[in-house]
Amino acid sequence: MKITMAHGSGGIATEELIRDVFVKYFKNDILGAMEDAAVLPPEGGRIALTTDSFVVDPVFFPGGDIGMLSVCGTVNDLLMSGAAPKYLTCAFILEEGLKIGNLNRIAASMAAAADRAGVCIVAGDTKVIGGAGGVLINTTGVGFLPEGRAVSPKRCAQGDALLVSGNLGDHHAAILSARMGIENDIKSDAAPLNAPVEALYKAGVDVKAMRDITRGGLATILNEFAAASSLGMEIFEENIPVSPAVQALSGILGLDPLYMGNEGKLLAVVGGRDADRALAALRSTELGKNAAVIGRVTEKSGAVLTTKLGGRRVLAVLYGEGLPRIC
Amino acid sequence: MTIEDIKKALREYGGPPTALMEVCGTHTAAIAKNGIQSLLSDRIAMVSGPGCPVCVTVSAYIDRLCELSGRDGYEVVTFGDMLRVPGSSGSLADSKAAGGRVRMVYSPFDCMKLAREDKNTTWVFAAVGFETTAPIYALMAGQAAEQGIKNLRFLTSVKTMPAAIRWICEKNKVIGGFIAPGHVSVITGSEIYKPIAEKYNLPFAVAGFGGESVLAAIYALTRLKGQGKVVNLYPSVVSETGNEKAAALLLKYFEPGRAFWRGMGGIDGSGLYLKEEFAYLDAGSRDIARDVETPGCRCGDVLIGNLSPGDCPLFGGVCTPQSPRGACMVSQEGACFARFSYERTGSE
Repeated sequence: MKITMAHGSGGIATEELIRDVFVKYFKNDILGAMEDAAVLPPEGGRIALTTDSFVVDPVFFPGGDIGMLSVCGTVNDLLMSGAAPKYLTCAFILEEGLKIGNLNRIAASMAAAADRAGVCIVAGDTKVIGGAGGVLINTTGVGFLPEGRAVSPKRCAQGDALLVSGNLGDHHAAILSARMGIENDIKSDAAPLNAPVEALYKAGVDVKAMRDITRGGLATILNEFAAASSLGMEIFEENIPVSPAVQALSGILGLDPLYMGNEGKLLAVVGGRDADRALAALRSTELGKNAAVIGRVTEKSGAVLTTKLGGRRVLAVLYGEGLPRIC
Repeated sequence: MTIEDIKKALREYGGPPTALMEVCGTHTAAIAKNGIQSLLSDRIAMVSGPGCPVCVTVSAYIDRLCELSGRDGYEVVTFGDMLRVPGSSGSLADSKAAGGRVRMVYSPFDCMKLAREDKNTTWVFAAVGFETTAPIYALMAGQAAEQGIKNLRFLTSVKTMPAAIRWICEKNKVIGGFIAPGHVSVITGSEIYKPIAEKYNLPFAVAGFGGESVLAAIYALTRLKGQGKVVNLYPSVVSETGNEKAAALLLKYFEPGRAFWRGMGGIDGSGLYLKEEFAYLDAGSRDIARDVETPGCRCGDVLIGNLSPGDCPLFGGVCTPQSPRGACMVSQEGACFARFSYERTGSE
């Protein structure tokens, strides 16, 4: 069975598709009401709201698929603001010819990721367009900010520590390997980052700035933080965690893990005195077991790398094409 | 001697000021990425040479690709690097945005697949590169001939190094030694530089691409100043005579000819073109015999080591990686890109 234009008509085929795929996997009372809008109970605190579209190619890749990515990406954006993620909406743009079996796989994977991230999918939409059996997904997320959390690169101060939650480049390398037909054991790191973030707060760490390290990679975020804080971000190449497999692949292809996208890694800026506690907290979680302190905030502006050889150089922003459609 | 000894010697180098040229773009990138210049005495200047395939491509080549991309039934297939190189009236990316058919691939063999799957399109592969990449194009040409693929064309801009290095030795009297191109040497062998080294009394060091290998090569060149010697510091990969199989494959399909280099003009015997019997696979590569630079762009001087990227009037102002005016600012292996991206300090 494949998606046809009838599935986007709003008629019986649309209704069947929603019932047999989306409602089946995303089952919850709010969605189950099947109204035009999800009506949510009142909840205290500030609201965090974010949206993201997912166009990854291929749709299924080692370590994940577009469905789990569409949940993780939006959930992680909420988490990076310090919020606890709660609700998601999802809009599907399906291309004619998409196998319904594949759509089932994608929906099941979204449901599993939502479950893991502690969010409910409460509203959705489906459209069908001409094409070649592809699928695009937009998700919007709502979360709530507990009292006292303030995450912004403007809060960075000289002497703060920079930490990453694990090995860089896995997602980028997995997508690239899939596209180039290279066989290796590299898997995407796509995952909701609830556990590492909660561990940081639970340990009493004051997280000053936080970002998930997606498109553009670590170097791009360090430049953004440097610009926002008018301070310097200095990192040490020998402290940056990269798996041997990703290091080898990027060496062959001329890629730099500092510019490669991830879907389950974060950069956190914490006070210098919080560094050890923050590292221990991250490492106490499965997702953060390879976490590392990679550098510090300095007085001078810009992002700078001290290389393994002891040389120093500017860490530039990403120029040019990068790799399209990795998320 | 340990790497720490070499670092100390290069940091404290007190000999006469010298400029050393790394010919290969991959070395340019390695030097920048490892922060090598920051480890050297002020008396040693590293100068980038014409070894980045994108940078030495003339604008007429880009113009020809742009024209083909707009032709009915044609599609241009290219490596990503080439997309943003400015021609005389726009880049391939501009042509694509204007409706031209341009496709980026990671492997040249993707182009073979496209040609087999869509026989109604003439697929034009933008075959740029040096001795290193050329054997792959020879393999492709061989496959196309054997399998009777009729809808594949090459627009070649394949260049060979020795003639270009000789040309630089004639024109530039400042260079005191060369880090020889590592990848190219795998194919050609290290002995190919010997006649040039001896004629101009300049040392050549064949080196790998790790930061430590590059430092070792720089150290060797400072020690061999004024001596026409070739040292091979990459013997695990580069032999004296090179990869004879690849060289033989190359000669089956390609023959040498006059090639145009950006900013350097035409150099006899510095290019490779498909032989007459395979000319049906060619999209007019030999007709590209001119070079028009963007006004004010001094890539030509940068490429032969006569001008430091930072001294070009366009550098960092109107010409940046975001909006490149010259090819040296486009490629990650270009001298201007490397300087702009890695070597500025926070205060610049």
